[in-house]
Amino acid sequence: MRDWLIYRTFWDLTVTGVALGSIYALVALGYTLVYGVLRLINFAHSEIFMIGTFASLITATNVLGLPMLEAGDYPYRTGFQLVLILLACLLGSMVLSGAGAVALERAAYRPLRGSGDQFGAVVLAFVTAFVVGLVFFDTPKSNLIFGIIGTGPIAWMYLNIFRRGRQAPRLAFLISAIGASTAITEAVAIWGPRDREQYQTPRVLEKKTLFQLFGTDIRIDYVIVIIGALLMMTALLLFVNRTRLGRGVRAVAQDVETAKILGVNVDFVILITFLLGGVMAGGAAMMFTLVYDQSKFNIGFLLGVKSFTAAVLGGIGNLKGALLGGIVLGLAENYGSALFGGEWKDVIAFVLLLVVLMFRPTGLLGESLAKARV
Amino acid sequence: MKKSTLLRAGAIAVSLAFVTAACGSDSEGSVSEDTVVTEDTAAAAVDGVTCDGVSIAFFGALSGDAGNLGKNIRAGADLAVSEFNTANPGCQVGLVDFDSQGDPAQAPALAQKAIDDASILGIVGPAFSGESKAANPLFDAAGLAIITPSATNADLNDNNWKVFHRALAGDDKQGPAIATYIQKTLAAAKVGVIDDASEYGKGLADIVKTTLGAAVVASDSIDPKAADFSAAVSKMKEAAPDAIFYGGYYAEAGKLAKQLRDAGVTATLVFGDGVKDNGFIEAAGPAADGSIITCTCADGASNAEFAAAYTAKFPGETPQTYGAEAYDAAKAFLAAIAAGKTDRAGVLEFLGTYDAAGVTKQIKWDETGEVAGNAVYAYKVEAGAIAVIGLIE
Amino acid sequence: MSLSESLRSVTSGTRSVSRLGEALAKQSRSVRWSFGAICILALYLLPWWPNVPVLGWIVETPGTSFPSVLTDQVVIFVLVALGLNVVVGLAGLLDLGYVGFYAVGAYTVAILSSQHANLPWLLCMPIAVLVSMLAGVILGTPTLRLRGDYLAIVTLGFGEIIRITANNLHWLGDSRGISNIATPPSIGPLKFGVLDAKPYYFLGFTTILIVIFLLRRLENSRVGRSWNAIREDEDAAELMGVDTFKFKLWAFAIGAAIGGLAGSLYAGKVQFINPNNFPLQLSILFLAAVVLGGAGNMWGAVVGGALVAWMPERFRGFADKRVFVFGVALVLVMVFRPQGLIPRKIRKERWLESWKPSTGTALGSKE
Repeated sequence: MRDWLIYRTFWDLTVTGVALGSIYALVALGYTLVYGVLRLINFAHSEIFMIGTFASLITATNVLGLPMLEAGDYPYRTGFQLVLILLACLLGSMVLSGAGAVALERAAYRPLRGSGDQFGAVVLAFVTAFVVGLVFFDTPKSNLIFGIIGTGPIAWMYLNIFRRGRQAPRLAFLISAIGASTAITEAVAIWGPRDREQYQTPRVLEKKTLFQLFGTDIRIDYVIVIIGALLMMTALLLFVNRTRLGRGVRAVAQDVETAKILGVNVDFVILITFLLGGVMAGGAAMMFTLVYDQSKFNIGFLLGVKSFTAAVLGGIGNLKGALLGGIVLGLAENYGSALFGGEWKDVIAFVLLLVVLMFRPTGLLGESLAKARV
Repeated sequence: MKKSTLLRAGAIAVSLAFVTAACGSDSEGSVSEDTVVTEDTAAAAVDGVTCDGVSIAFFGALSGDAGNLGKNIRAGADLAVSEFNTANPGCQVGLVDFDSQGDPAQAPALAQKAIDDASILGIVGPAFSGESKAANPLFDAAGLAIITPSATNADLNDNNWKVFHRALAGDDKQGPAIATYIQKTLAAAKVGVIDDASEYGKGLADIVKTTLGAAVVASDSIDPKAADFSAAVSKMKEAAPDAIFYGGYYAEAGKLAKQLRDAGVTATLVFGDGVKDNGFIEAAGPAADGSIITCTCADGASNAEFAAAYTAKFPGETPQTYGAEAYDAAKAFLAAIAAGKTDRAGVLEFLGTYDAAGVTKQIKWDETGEVAGNAVYAYKVEAGAIAVIGLIE
Repeated sequence: MSLSESLRSVTSGTRSVSRLGEALAKQSRSVRWSFGAICILALYLLPWWPNVPVLGWIVETPGTSFPSVLTDQVVIFVLVALGLNVVVGLAGLLDLGYVGFYAVGAYTVAILSSQHANLPWLLCMPIAVLVSMLAGVILGTPTLRLRGDYLAIVTLGFGEIIRITANNLHWLGDSRGISNIATPPSIGPLKFGVLDAKPYYFLGFTTILIVIFLLRRLENSRVGRSWNAIREDEDAAELMGVDTFKFKLWAFAIGAAIGGLAGSLYAGKVQFINPNNFPLQLSILFLAAVVLGGAGNMWGAVVGGALVAWMPERFRGFADKRVFVFGVALVLVMVFRPQGLIPRKIRKERWLESWKPSTGTALGSKE
């Protein structure tokens, strides 16, 4: 029974696989960029994606005032209005995800590089005061006020401690990332209006079939995702390869010390790297809500793990590798699920990774944000 | 509202800890952090039963991913206890919470704590099947009676636990009923079956599959943590069944229903009791319309008296899934206390002979702890609401 | 400024612990031995600590049973942290799927004592340790040739593969899990039953002591020095004639064996396991325990493991919020004490530090 299904659903699986793979690829870019520059697995990147899906939701419902349902049906929009709504959501996701990634860098990573700044100190101080407030207060509002009051003195103390100028070991970065990821997820779960339940996003795009290819319906949402991902990827490649800042990113990726000597502002370049990764994750998040109309506090975790797998599969640090890795992973998951059953989906993904790394130890395309380094 | 008291109790205790630690002063013994809502029992009993220092416990998830389900169940037990306490001023029964987060790894330590608390005479719970398997051996060894209002896994009753009771029929009753409904009422010749590879979902789907036999033309499992179910959807689309059964919980059921409809699958969707939640309709939107949901649970809201009492106790809320079962379970324990049973052995013995009309059904247990009768109800999603159709068969 | 200085002294408060260690080291052998014996005795009596006035109030776990928390969580986490510390802290290999070995150990005991045979626990336990070790070698042989972070994602995948396979295969009890796992045999007054957790604690604590003893021997042996060399600079170690692959595989196998040991203890205590006991998040928690305590330092791993296991139970009253607080705490500890609460002592290497520019590294850095 399984064999005939795989043949007859082959093209169907291909289209959905490439679409899901494109989302993996966009998120994988964030991992790859940060890894290429800092040699850090940015574990909290999955939460940047999650923030992006919520940004899309907030833009659609709170800013644009779209209802969840209109007369018992989805609030479909058409033409120019549709394009505007989608662009607004995309912008919202990109801005919030980008800002989130930058804030993350400055609060959870930069202090570990020994060059803590005021912003990081303030964020950390606020969070500390907020946590202390949890002991005394029950309502989020009074807790928030306590947190804000406590921020000043604690931030001042933190700044004094920051001025050490010592670089932390790489494991510390990873654990800080895990901590930040946990805190962000839980904050959304606890203080979100729907607790831990799933959120829906209004569906404005009617999922019409555009055309048929090899007897398979090609839906408009998949087309938008695939084309959108390619456009964003191209823009990123142009930025990294053609602009002055992009050259800075590559320089830092190649050799931090030399880049510093040559006058590259390393902290700024790292910030830009996080921003780029965040913007890409934001784009992926908007497209994700377009296809699946949903979000949840823990939505990023599994997708993040998969995207990181995709990044490694393609060759971490390699931008084109992220694209290839994402699409290969998306396809392998779909074909594999059809062959062996959906319960083996993740096993298929990881076995594929293992096999690829055994034969190509640096991934399909090798590592090369700057140039392959061992 | 319960949670906030609990939090505050914890918060006060922790802040006290900080203060004393800072002062370095010695303190007298330890501060009790019991979450029991004990009222002053000094008032002399005028009427009703008298008792002193007895309580029952709720065991299940109150926080974590399954927290909302657990809170709804707990509310049913809470209602029964507060009704009892109002009626019997001389016998104030406490309700102690054991928040397992639905995690079998935390369950044994919590069960141990419940056993160590001599005032606890019975457990409403454990709420899920996994934690039941981890905690029930302890309850059994201690002779502490349990009535689970929601763990429906079929093989829970063949462990020879003498303390085990269930306030609703298990999946071994529900599965065949679903199959009957699909074949008889829906007259579906070709059926697709999907499950979420969880203990509950796969267990139920397997029973449905074996009962339906050759009528199953396609089956698949999905990963409930993933967002994309396109492999399973493609399979169903190609096999074109008349009905699709999904064994799993409501959040994924909503996503799956949507993706199936988006792909143009028109089969009738059938779900088990894990989907009977408004969250399903919210997640699926218009895609939920016409879906069939079965449940061994009765419609709590259709019992007007219970629904009114529930809304009076919890303003603005209506009984949710398993709330009525938890109410019935707590009632059974309270009846034992009212009958003057003040030790665990007495309560356990009392349950063996208990036979009373509950909100959901006649509550009476056979020797394996299964509730008498095997009522399975069918519900249908119409115009964005879950409406009861009636009993199956 | 005095305020910030006092804060600085608080954040480095554990330095006083190491100072205590230094002070002790100066004492005579008999003083050191009796101090150690008193500590060990006090820790054996840990299940009774909640009855001690002030101390009990600090350690008790309101809302759940303290002795059970010790056996189900603390002992397991300490053992696991010790094992993972060999892999991460000593050999510098980033392992994000350590829960896989823990699961292999637990499942081996479950299969041999309940699912497919009725062997006694005492026989299952060494088999479980060997099987986990074998799993470590099987996973390590192809993957340890990979550099640094590739290993992280591969091990993460391994942990998931183990969990999903257990979940899907009927032979492994699928999602229903395995019940009625054998308990350790009762010896005299130590009765390993269902209700009394204390015998399990004595067994677990004794196991920890034995593991610590063995690891100390190992750390000070040729193997330990080789790990040190590999962690600090793999290429240099290779050039100096250290068979890096062999020693990395050793670290992996020993770490896996300790993980399997922890799993077999857990299965014997709880008598029921299912795949939900071994989620991916647990691997991350294990790693957090090691790094929080101080990667590379065995005592750090012990403290980190105990804290990560005990804290959530101590602060049960906070319900959901404790996980949020845990996340924040991880960031803060890493920001202010990046080497962990009890950092690795850099004994012999210290003379190097004095003239080398500061490039503190713990994990095969290539900056």
